[in-house]
Amino acid sequence: MPTTISRLSDDRLAPLARDYADAMRMRRNQTLIGAGVLLVTIVAAGFVAEVDLAKFFGHIDSVGSYLDRLVHFDGGDYAGQIVLSHPGEWMWGLKRWGRLLLETIMMAYAGTLLGALGGFVFSFFAARNLARSPRTRWIAARFLEFCRTVPDLVFALIFVYAFGLGAMPGVLAIAIHTQGALGKLFTEVVENADMRPVEGTTAAGASWTQTIRFAILPQILSNFASYTLLRFEVNVRGAAVMGFVGAGGIGVDLMEAIRKFYYADVSAMLVLIIATVMAIDYLTEMLRHRLIGGRTA
Amino acid sequence: MGETTFGQADELIGGARRIRAALGPAALANRPALEKRYPEIFGGSRARRAATIGVFVGLLAGLILAIHVLDFSFERIWTGLGQLAHFATLMVPPSPDTWPRFWLFVHALGETLAIAFLGTLIAAILAFPFGFLAARNIVPARVFQLLTRRFLDTIRGVDVLIWALIWINVVGLGPFAGVLAIMTSDFGSFGKLFSEAIETVDQKPVEGVTSTGGSSLDKVRFAVLPQILPVIAGQVLYFFESNVRSATIIGIVGAGGIGLHLSEAIRTLEWQQVSFLVLMILVAVAVIDQISARIRFAVIGERRVEA
Repeated sequence: MPTTISRLSDDRLAPLARDYADAMRMRRNQTLIGAGVLLVTIVAAGFVAEVDLAKFFGHIDSVGSYLDRLVHFDGGDYAGQIVLSHPGEWMWGLKRWGRLLLETIMMAYAGTLLGALGGFVFSFFAARNLARSPRTRWIAARFLEFCRTVPDLVFALIFVYAFGLGAMPGVLAIAIHTQGALGKLFTEVVENADMRPVEGTTAAGASWTQTIRFAILPQILSNFASYTLLRFEVNVRGAAVMGFVGAGGIGVDLMEAIRKFYYADVSAMLVLIIATVMAIDYLTEMLRHRLIGGRTA
Repeated sequence: MGETTFGQADELIGGARRIRAALGPAALANRPALEKRYPEIFGGSRARRAATIGVFVGLLAGLILAIHVLDFSFERIWTGLGQLAHFATLMVPPSPDTWPRFWLFVHALGETLAIAFLGTLIAAILAFPFGFLAARNIVPARVFQLLTRRFLDTIRGVDVLIWALIWINVVGLGPFAGVLAIMTSDFGSFGKLFSEAIETVDQKPVEGVTSTGGSSLDKVRFAVLPQILPVIAGQVLYFFESNVRSATIIGIVGAGGIGLHLSEAIRTLEWQQVSFLVLMILVAVAVIDQISARIRFAVIGERRVEA
């Protein structure tokens, strides 16, 4: 059966068309106002951030020349040649840089694990469904928020003065920041846990710690592990720059090379860092897929 | 289900304990029979437990090794904690010292916000076309997609502070280098996130536009864009929040913003100013989070942002 669509008469169509036009005009006006506000904010922000487009485009060729210098030897026997033509000379410091990279990974590892332990403990106090009392919950949540909001580099700067130069303040800074970041995620996981096992253990007379051990822990452990692995990736990148404030790792050498314009060394270290970060991303991704079996965390 | 709180449960525990006292010994006495009846529960859990304990022992051994190699010592920790406590007493009350300095800090905070805002926005605009290029359902050439992805990964592998140092060499010290650093580092993340958002679009609207004779540009404009814009807006706002935090630290290497004053105050051991600056950052971040969360809520509803 063919269907026919009959056109409404003009006098009945007119109000509908008018309503439609009004609705569209309102939406368009809203979009325009939004765009105007955005534009004003951009100009204000550009003014405050001293954006100097003339300077930028005047220097845009120096971006190219910087990249160019990064991939050429700037002195020695092979001056002017592409770094890849003499990989041995390019990676002359491989032994030292490799050791520093290992130190960087260890810093990230120790910091992540210590932070995860702290976040683990605090998450049970901060979770709505397990908190002992509103007051301890408030204190735990605020403490985690503080650890999370202050950047790890700021902790590192302060710790370098308290503990002295070296990897230790870096590890502690990473640990505290990680504790805040993971503590929040862990808290959310705990709050989303199924409460029926908790009722079961409570009915059987379990204490608070026993409830956590037997009713909550089996539900959440794989999620915790997955988040911790994800954080480990982030922390490897973070640990690579801890050296900028004197807190150990490859950052000390990298900053010196950048500041002193040792271009070939800068590119060598960057390549090593990127390769390490990618390898670790790949490994943790594999582990996470095995842990959570294809689910996304 | 969420109503069971420990306060209420505590009242029940007395009774539960009496029942348990009576049931526990009986069940324990019956354990061999239970083990025989449910071998899969008892046997399986033992192997799993061994594996779990093995993993934990391995992790702990790694931690001890790392702590040893990285030169931790109780003496250092102890004196360091003493120093920290000393610093903490010097930090109260937080104060900017003088009014002109207060306004200097406020200006630096504004600079930080501007750096985060501009960096995120420019990165999003630049990454937008790249997201399409790296998406499997827009550009079918597998090789091309692989190359763009690796390129974006490479950019992402370098921390924002390293980018800041490099940009300082190019445009000089100041907040503009910070904007460029945030832009570069976010460009990699955005490219990846946008391409993932584009790859997961519903194909039905695309088929609809195709059926009415739309060109491939029409498909993008009328079938893909309306689906991905809210997702992208959510991600951009989320990154803006986290960039406010990163923008506070790029000043440490000289790329503008409040980090410059913070590192200066720490280096000159002006602890009252340090605590004041940290408080300023905390307040600013909390306010920005609130505003941004509200905008995000208005734009995309209460949906989780995958980042």
